[in-house]
Amino acid sequence: MRASAAEQTQSGGLVLLCVAAWLVPGAAHLWLGRRSKGVIFLVALPVMFAIGLAIQGRLMPFDLSEPLVCLAAAANLGMGVVYFAASALGYGVGDVRAVTYEYGNAFLIVAGLLNLLVVIDSYDVAVGRK
Amino acid sequence: MKSHFLLMALFAFFVSLVFAVIAKDDLREQLRLGGLMLAGFVAAAIVLGWLMYPFPL
Repeated sequence: MRASAAEQTQSGGLVLLCVAAWLVPGAAHLWLGRRSKGVIFLVALPVMFAIGLAIQGRLMPFDLSEPLVCLAAAANLGMGVVYFAASALGYGVGDVRAVTYEYGNAFLIVAGLLNLLVVIDSYDVAVGRK
Repeated sequence: MKSHFLLMALFAFFVSLVFAVIAKDDLREQLRLGGLMLAGFVAAAIVLGWLMYPFPL
């Protein structure tokens, strides 16, 4: 059975919403009128990511020969525009000799993963599950 | 900042904040869940830290 035009438009809107939520943390919640949640995500997740960069965390490369590094890179990518901006500006080189290196990595990876949870939450809100 | 405890507490704060805001809609419930999670994270880290203390690296 083919989807109706309205359903196709709705699914296109959902894809756009999820992409927006991934690119800018909290953007989808703001779009859906959940302002307080959106503002909290918009502030908390980039701050968490910035702390990770500030304490010498590393933005992992997509190295297929090392699966765990590749997974960490995918988690970093979860931060969307913030990740691309940090990469483009040369942040996230990391210093393995720094005491806080592993903590920095944890902040960077978990910030990306939390943003992916926020994307899923915005999808649930949009389809009326929440 | 190089204090492991403060970094751990900061990390726990952000994770608790995001989880509480995702899971609950009401502000009081968010504060309650977030506070419980933060306390749980910090308490678990302290207990596990002391349990691991006797073991060499």
